[in-house]
Amino acid sequence: MTMKRLLFALPLLLFAVLAGYFWLALESGRDPHELPSAMIDKPAPDFSLAGVDGTAGLDRKELGGGVTIVNFFASWCIPCRLEHPLLMDLGKRLGVPVYGIAWQDKAGDATQFLKQLGDPYRSVGLDESGRVGINFGVYGVPETYVVDKEGRIRLRHVGPLTAEDVAKELVPLVRELGQS
Amino acid sequence: MTRILAAALVFLALAGVARAVEPDEMLANPALEARARAIGKELRCLVCQNESIDDSNATLAHDLRVILRERLVAGDTDQQAIQYIVDRYGQFVLLKPPVEPATYALWFGPACLLLLAGVGTVLYLRRHRPGPAEAPLPLDPGEARRVAELLGEGEG
Repeated sequence: MTMKRLLFALPLLLFAVLAGYFWLALESGRDPHELPSAMIDKPAPDFSLAGVDGTAGLDRKELGGGVTIVNFFASWCIPCRLEHPLLMDLGKRLGVPVYGIAWQDKAGDATQFLKQLGDPYRSVGLDESGRVGINFGVYGVPETYVVDKEGRIRLRHVGPLTAEDVAKELVPLVRELGQS
Repeated sequence: MTRILAAALVFLALAGVARAVEPDEMLANPALEARARAIGKELRCLVCQNESIDDSNATLAHDLRVILRERLVAGDTDQQAIQYIVDRYGQFVLLKPPVEPATYALWFGPACLLLLAGVGTVLYLRRHRPGPAEAPLPLDPGEARRVAELLGEGEG
């Protein structure tokens, strides 16, 4: 008899388990479109990019040695304008160099973008074909990467940075990586 | 009416041709191009996430198609070319997830559930199957007489 009672309770139990699971998934606030990067803990890919508007450009050799930030942006990218004010003092706030890579962009357009809004980067590389971005595993701009002293990618942030992202993700990670 | 039908046919024919792979991306070698097409259908466009890179018009999908073709021309096997993209974007780019411990639930879950439901149904039906039909009780003498009378009446 107890066996039969248990059987009757089974659907209810299953429902409760599923409902709990769905509720957790909803509550966690996780965005399923945001995917873990395949490049985490792997060395940043090799590249050597020309600069925009006659500047020096950006070479892979500049990453590593210390913690660095690499920010992919484009002049045609609207969310990049959203995070731009935050980037302006990001280097000072984190105490590490912030490099920019203009992804699938034209030299003239990228120059114009930086002239108009200000240039927050130590140096900028022009990735016109988008190949360097693809080697980093970039889906779209903006994306921000934290590279450690050994030149390995430690964090990939998709989409525009917010003050909260900087405070909760970047600041603690950069501090931790700087000490180790 | 025939006009409308003809228009519909033309539309359908065109819809079949409307693909994302653009002529300038295609390889001259038809065998390589066919391989690139087959692989492209298996790779997810990271921007749209539910289209293959073969179907997507996103710039990133275009770039991945071009890279894929470059790898094939360079002499990569299909597997190596796919791995090249997986190395950068992870297994999520595979529209068909690989069979491995982490995906067992995905691959075998539905079959297991079906099996479980089947076993449950069989058990239930067995328990509730009606028993063999019982033989009717024999008539008592009174009833037998009554039946004989009735039958006799019919004949008489």
